[in-house]
Amino acid sequence: MLRVAQTFIEQIHKHGVRDYPNECCGALLGLEEEGHRTVLGLLPLVNQRNDSPRNRFSITSEDVRLAEKEAKAKGWELIGWYHSHPDSPARPSEFDRQHAWPWYSYIIFHVANREPREMRSWRLDDDRAKYAEESIEFVSGGAR
Amino acid sequence: MAVKVIIPTPLRQYAGKQESVEVNAKTVAEALNSLTSQFGDLKRHLYSDEGKLRSFVNVYVNDEDIRYLQKEKTAVQQGDTISIVPSIAGGSGIAGTVRSN
Repeated sequence: MLRVAQTFIEQIHKHGVRDYPNECCGALLGLEEEGHRTVLGLLPLVNQRNDSPRNRFSITSEDVRLAEKEAKAKGWELIGWYHSHPDSPARPSEFDRQHAWPWYSYIIFHVANREPREMRSWRLDDDRAKYAEESIEFVSGGAR
Repeated sequence: MAVKVIIPTPLRQYAGKQESVEVNAKTVAEALNSLTSQFGDLKRHLYSDEGKLRSFVNVYVNDEDIRYLQKEKTAVQQGDTISIVPSIAGGSGIAGTVRSN
């Protein structure tokens, strides 16, 4: 289960709406305790796919290292990533699957004509064959 | 030569939950080969079915990206640290050109 406070949901929605019709992306910083993950901070990042930003996103390894440092500095972990699917369902694509690792939480959210819609989280199986949906617990208020 | 390979958090579950593993190697390729020989479940997450490093898997030797060195043939020295860092990619796959028409 992934716990996400309403304030972070709103920040992710705003990012997706602002960057529409392009895909937006960012890092999820937080902690895992007793099997429950909690998002404690976001790091919005720049989609580096200038050639095809409407249906692809890319975060460089340098930005991944930056996100890891940000998380570590706060005593947290880099627990996953978020990205938008403009005018497309909040389900992982085949391209998503090919470029994923297990363990990370991958939040995908649908932005339809600048309106935020469904948000879901996914984790890749150990054998890389498919994703399992990770339930999101939407928490009111701030970080915890 | 003993070098340290830092295991990224998502893959530690396939490496005995260790943050780093020490291996003997003269090149990056040898180090990764030694690592995946010890921990076979790591292999599918680092290499494609064709046996090439996956496109989103990046390797650093002491903070130098091996793409700008000799890639997997990059030599390593005693005490070097190898880091494995993903780049993150994905997307809906629905062609933007269709929507823009």
